[in-house]
Amino acid sequence: MDAVVQAWTWLTTAANWAGPGGAWQRLAEHVQLSLVCLVLTCLIALPAALWLGHTGRGGALAVNVSNAGRAVPTLAVLVLLMLTPLGRQGELPTVVALVLFALPPLLTNACVGISEADPAVVEAARGMGMSGAQLLWRVELPLGFALIMAGIRSAAVQLVATATLTGPVGGGGLGRIITAGFNTYDTPKVVAGAVLVAALALLVEASLAAAQWLCDPLRRRPRQPARANPAGTRGGAVPAEAA
Amino acid sequence: MNGRSCLTANEWICGEYLRTRSQELTDATLQHVWIAALSVVIALLVAFPLALFARRRERWRGPVLGLTTILYTVPSLAMFALLMPLLGVSASVVVTGLVLYSLTLLVRNILAGLESVPEEAREAARGMGYGPLRLLFGVELPLALPALMAGVRIAAVSAISLTTVGALVDYGGLGNLVLGGLDSYFKAQVLTASVLCVLLAVAADLLLLGVQGLLTPWARTGARARRRWPVRLWRAAPGPAAKAG
Repeated sequence: MDAVVQAWTWLTTAANWAGPGGAWQRLAEHVQLSLVCLVLTCLIALPAALWLGHTGRGGALAVNVSNAGRAVPTLAVLVLLMLTPLGRQGELPTVVALVLFALPPLLTNACVGISEADPAVVEAARGMGMSGAQLLWRVELPLGFALIMAGIRSAAVQLVATATLTGPVGGGGLGRIITAGFNTYDTPKVVAGAVLVAALALLVEASLAAAQWLCDPLRRRPRQPARANPAGTRGGAVPAEAA
Repeated sequence: MNGRSCLTANEWICGEYLRTRSQELTDATLQHVWIAALSVVIALLVAFPLALFARRRERWRGPVLGLTTILYTVPSLAMFALLMPLLGVSASVVVTGLVLYSLTLLVRNILAGLESVPEEAREAARGMGYGPLRLLFGVELPLALPALMAGVRIAAVSAISLTTVGALVDYGGLGNLVLGGLDSYFKAQVLTASVLCVLLAVAADLLLLGVQGLLTPWARTGARARRRWPVRLWRAAPGPAAKAG
């Protein structure tokens, strides 16, 4: 309990927040890095996923990309990129590594969301004379919206988590507070940094979940009661889908 | 070895590194394997009763799933840092963190697996005089195995990947070598340890796939299963987001 009290003291001390290297600066670095990478990830993954899902050839690719992403340790990729010539380009290796790890969840979820639109509905839309673009925009996109948003959400949470790992690798962000605390045996600082990281991740998750609920085009339709979706099987979504 | 050795040249791929540091590599790999394996086993032992409990008490289902999901959202570095004051700088920090992550995947999958058991199968077993325990272990658990094993595979692969972050408290297995190699700018060490880590994850996945095949012999036989297998791979939906950070 001592550590909690001391961490609270650390968090409520204004001096720890102000100035260069203070918590505000670290938080701003963290948010900025995650946000830039999220935009980049969406720009790369969404068009690709829409096209692959619409044409129906993305299934195997999406799943394999997602599985491969799980097996590769983020920390190792960050360190490897730091040692390549890319490592001297300032923030570039970090951005590359972050985007690399945020792509799979978004790509997979969006791809499956689009391609799993009810075939009967798609057939009906075609029968009504919709063009490919209309079909994508007015049928497949609204039907896949929940999964696409789930993908964006897990990509964002993933980015916040990966941005933390730039701390041990010498970058900025909130992870730096944790590693700095470790190196100086300053446990309250370690705990305070960890609390900030966890709070940021949960905040991102919660606000994107709220945004998803507000924007869902199918919100007013009666819904099936939520069930636990198995991971790694058909119909399994991200864990954030919990009831 | 004539001329400059690849160690002094600091090359990415270096046979001499493998030869001279094989002991260090073996130790790190062993530490990596036991930390990841122990955490998945403990998580399985905790997740099974938890899933049974959540299934029996409908009211607790939401809170159990919600809590494990919240835990899953916490980034790994923060999780280890939060556990550190509780457990000290030890391997238990890493194991506990990985157990908490694996719980999310396992509880969800076990629950889904148990719910996918057809009511007819349950009725038939009851009609044959099966008691609740025999029903669970003789009928429901075997039928829930594919979903359970899918969860175990994801949990194991994620655990192997996340163990590297344990380098924060010096119990990261191969992650120690990766992070150590950054400080000394030792390319061969970083690349070798990273590749070994990926190989471990792939090996674990294949091993568990084999175990699943042995445990569910009925899934391998029969023309229907054979026809469905590639399709299932193809349409296997997104698992939970890769927990890589």
